[in-house]
This record gives sequence, C-alpha cells and structure tokens, in this order.
Amino acid sequence: MRKKWMKVALASASCVMAMALAGCGGGTTSDGNSLKVGVIGPLTGPAAIYGEAVKNGAQLAADEINASEPKFNVEIMAQDDEHDAEKSVNAYNKLRDEGMQVLVGTTTTAPGTAVGAEAYKDRVFALTPSASGPAVIEGNDNVFQLCFSDPNQGVAVADYMAKNYPDAKVGVIYNNADNYSSGIYDKFKSTWEGKGKQIYATEAFSDDANADFTAQLNSMKNAGVDMVFLPIYYTPASNIMTQANKMDYKPTYFGVDGMDGILALEGFDTDLAEGVLLLTPFTAYSEDETSQKFVKAYEKAYGDTPIQFAADAYDCVYAVYNAFDKSGASVEDDAATICEAMIKTFTGDFTYSGLTGQNMKWNKAGEVDKTPKVCVIQDGKYIEK
Amino acid sequence: MNMINSLISGLSLGSVYSIIALGYTMVYGISKMLNFAHGDIIMVGSYISFCLTTYVGMPGWAALIGAVAVCTVLGIVIERLAYRPLRGTGSLSVLITAIGVSYFLQNMALLVWGANPRVFKSLFKGLEPIRLAEGQIIITAESFFTIIVCVVIMVGLTLFVHKSKAGKAMRAVSEDNGAAQLMGINVNQSISLTFAIGSGLAAVAGVLMCSAYPVLMPTTGAMPGIKAFTAAVLGGIGSIPGAMVGGLILGTIEIFSRAYISTELSDAIVFACLVIVLLVKPTGLFGKKISEKV
Repeated sequence: MRKKWMKVALASASCVMAMALAGCGGGTTSDGNSLKVGVIGPLTGPAAIYGEAVKNGAQLAADEINASEPKFNVEIMAQDDEHDAEKSVNAYNKLRDEGMQVLVGTTTTAPGTAVGAEAYKDRVFALTPSASGPAVIEGNDNVFQLCFSDPNQGVAVADYMAKNYPDAKVGVIYNNADNYSSGIYDKFKSTWEGKGKQIYATEAFSDDANADFTAQLNSMKNAGVDMVFLPIYYTPASNIMTQANKMDYKPTYFGVDGMDGILALEGFDTDLAEGVLLLTPFTAYSEDETSQKFVKAYEKAYGDTPIQFAADAYDCVYAVYNAFDKSGASVEDDAATICEAMIKTFTGDFTYSGLTGQNMKWNKAGEVDKTPKVCVIQDGKYIEK
Repeated sequence: MNMINSLISGLSLGSVYSIIALGYTMVYGISKMLNFAHGDIIMVGSYISFCLTTYVGMPGWAALIGAVAVCTVLGIVIERLAYRPLRGTGSLSVLITAIGVSYFLQNMALLVWGANPRVFKSLFKGLEPIRLAEGQIIITAESFFTIIVCVVIMVGLTLFVHKSKAGKAMRAVSEDNGAAQLMGINVNQSISLTFAIGSGLAAVAGVLMCSAYPVLMPTTGAMPGIKAFTAAVLGGIGSIPGAMVGGLILGTIEIFSRAYISTELSDAIVFACLVIVLLVKPTGLFGKKISEKV
C-alpha cells in the first residue's frame, strides 16, 4: 500500500514538472523575413516587475513595427532569468539555439555582466534597456546601454541634490552585496564629497530584503539625516519605508531607477511613498505626445501603466530596428555579421530620439549620452519635476 | 535611549526566532531529525494569512487562526508522507528528504503565488506605538505583541509538556522511543502531535515576522529558518527553554552588532557566536549530554 502511495506521488510530481517545463518553452514561429530579437529579464523572482515590463515594452514596439508593413519584421523571443547570472546565461544559450540575431537584454546588471561576456565571445550584438552596471559593457565592444550607467546615475543624483537641496543632511542606505547598488553609491559618494559636502550616515545591508532595518534607520535618525538616498531596488525600499514610518522617522527618500516599480507592489501602502524623489528617464504622466501615445497603447495591450523599464525596452527595439535598417545588414545574415554592421552604425553618426531621451548617442565604450530627469511621487503617481 | 530601542528590536526579532526555534527543537527532541522544511512552513503560513486578509477579506486575527490551521495540517501531512516512511533508515536520508521538502514547498509557493513580492499587511495595523521618554523610546505594536506572544507560547508549551498527558507522552518518546512504545504510548501519534504544534507555531511566527518586516516572497522563510536553527543549536537542540533563550540571545546580538559594530558584518557575527558557543559547550547552553548506549 505504501509503495502505491509513493508511485502516485511520484507520478503527480513528474506531471507538475512536465507542465512547468512545457510552460517555459514558448512557441517561436518564423516567416523567414524577420529579425530575431532575444529578450532576457526576470519574468519571475523579486525583480519580476522589471522583466515583465521589458518583455511587454519590447513586444509592443515589435507589434507596432510589424503592423506598419516594414521591409522586415521584428520577432521577439523572451526568456526568464529570475535576476540570476547563471540562469541568465542559460536563457541566453537557449535563445542562441533558437536563432537569436540581436539581443535586447539583459534587464538587470548582475546577469548582464555574465551574458555580456558571452555575447562578446559569440559576437552577438546586445543593447540592454536597463542593466546599468559598468561591468556590463566594460571591454565588450558589441554591448551597448540605453539607460544611464550606474556611475552616471550616482553623479546625476549628487548634482541634482547639490543644486536643488543644498542644505539637505544626506544619508545613504545601500546593498553592499549588489554591484548595482554599491556602484551607484561609490560614484555618488565621490561626487558629493567632491563638492565639499558631507554624508551624515552611511549604512549597508546584504541582499536580504526582509531584514530588520531599525539599526540602519536609527543611525540615520540620530545623525539628523533628513534626506535618505536609496540606491537600491524597490523591494527592500518598501520594507525600509514601512519600518521608518513605524519609528516616526519621515525623511525625504531619493531613489534611482531601481525604485521605479514601488507603486505597483501588491499590498504596499503607497501613502508611504508620497514625496519620494527618483531619477528616471521616463514617466507615464508626462505631457509629451509620444509618451502619451505609448502609455495608451501599453495600457490597452497589457492593462497596466508602463514603468520606465517598459519604455526602455520599447526604445531599445526601435533603436535596434532603425540601426539595423541603416546598417544595410540583411535578416538572412548570421548574428556575427549583423553584429559588426550594428557596431559600426551605433558608434557612427546614428542617433535615436524616443521615450527615454532625445538625440541619444553612443560612444565606443557602449555608454549612452542623454539628459537625466527627476520625478516625484505625488498622489500615487510619478510627476516630472 | 538608543541602547533601549535596539534592545527592544532585538528582543522582538529574537522572539520570532524563539518561536521558530521551538519547532526545530521539539521535532529534533522527539524524532532526532533536523526538519529543514520548517523555515518554509513559516512562509506558507504568511502567504495563507496574506491571502485570507487580502482576497477573502478576513480580519487579521481570523486569518492568523486560518494560517495556523493550514500549517498544522501541512506539518502532519509532511511528517506522514515524507518522514514517517523513512523512520529507522538512518539520519542522512531523512535529512536529505527534509531539504527536498523545503525545496518542494518553495517551488510550490512559486507556482501558486508567483514570485512577485507582496507586502504583508501588519496584524496590528492602526495600533499606535507606545512612546516613552518624550517619544525617544518607541515600542511598536508589532514588537510589543511579538514579545508578549512569545512569552505566552513559552509558558503554555512548558505547562503542556510537563503537566498534560500528551505532553508527558511526548517527553517519554523523546527520551526512549522503544521503551515508550512498550509502555503503551502511541509513538506515531506523539510524533504527529509534535509536528502539528511545531508547524502551528511556525505559522504564528510567520505572521508576526511579516507584520514587522512586511516583504513576502517564496524564499521569505529561508533566512529566518537558518537563524532559528542556529538559535536552537545555541540554546541546546532538544531543549525548550534553550530554544527560547537561544532565540532571544541571537536576535539581540544581531541587532546590537548592526547598531554598534557594522551593518555589513552582523550575520557573520551572529554565526561566529554560534561557533564560539559550540567550541566552549558543544551541547549548547541548555543541552543535556546524553551518552549513547552501545
């Protein structure tokens, strides 16, 4: 009897596994006249909001392009990496097997560093919408960023604070186990102190989003910090804001692009995020006509207000499409041939104006040149400052 | 003042560890196995409570009772399906099975609830914190009730184990399984009861923990699970007061090392304390040295 039980259990377990595996596959169709663009991002896991947004944004751009009777179609193939470097390389290899020609990815920095190195080795052209770490593009002549690099985010925040909040007593809480977070922090620190200003308290935590932050927050409070810079993702940030509120500590928070997504967090009391400032190249509430058009189309397609990552990915697909068209490569070429043509175009006089910036230009290192924007959260919305 | 604030957060965090550690220590005491799936039962309990409040609209206390009920049943089912068939096959296979159950629970949670983090609504939402010394000392409702609940559980459990018939049976089984059976004690029932109590407590710990630190993910139980296991070992695994004291010490050390030494090194310090205690007193603070019969 017991043996039978085990068999039933095993059989049902393997059924679940099989279903889960089948779910990951995702069909790919090809009509022979399309550019196969791979997308990698965390579709599940703690950073899933980013990956979903990137996938949806890229798909929306591809759908628009394909509906306009172009010379060639764009086919999006998306893979999940759970914001994990190893899984990301697996996702990348899977996309290679499926015939990916250009990569729009990865979404986050740590996986991007691993995949960037692979893409460099394999000669696959990559444009990342949001992996902002310098290591993603470092030494890789064929990997480009559409977003600001981390150091530039740190510099931009320091500049903005010095100009608009010259008297603020600034403190920092960052994740010392994450190179995205510590990268921004390092650059912020050197820029801020280079202006002759002081950071009143610096505290760290390591990855565990659900930790007790009272010690860090007490340190901020005791140092009289009234502006807390949080170069971290939104999940620990939500925890920090909740705990600070319980301690009667109400500073102004300043976030970077990782903060984008906090309002979409299920169960989060958005009142706690009122007045949060964040550096983001895109806001869904901008008056700008192209932005409005994009937001409407996105809401219609996915029933959700797009965050910055969706706009980044949307721009990425258009930038790749325009550059590919200009480069003179053909969709029948292999990834390596396309790669060389694209590098030449991107580092040449190619510019692109989209949702996340006007006249974006790229240098040979792979960094983008555009102007940063700062938003404030008011009444549960991002408002451009 | 800071010292007192830190002490309060330390005791509150430590209370959560204590309640979780109780589950580890009781199960170890009675069946000599390390139930590494215990941390994930915390996570399941928190999710059940989250779903009952958010989707069903139950009040917090009713959701807590629901979570305890589900976790109690889950604990019994896990023991019945995964551990009982392996009883008597050596500790290694049970240990590996426990790790397997842990992964199974995490991945089931991924399938059922998805991986997007949720923000847990505090059980004590709307209760004003207690402010002492002109607002310099703040005791949040979460800290206050966590400590109270921990003390109540501790007293209740000690009374149960020492005074009730079922508790006496549990102690007898943990002392000598075979002899207990010969005396007419239903060993299976005692072990099931232990798993039921441990898992029910895990649900309480989960809800209390997520009320204070509100991010809920399928891996939420992992780190507190390991810390509580450390607490159980520190206090002497198998000992109920040991779990309590171990948890409180660990929580306090963690918060104090964050506040006064380094936020980056706090986890290292916590685990270094474990190593030191084990070097000085290998059975833990309250552990009894039992010589193995040959």
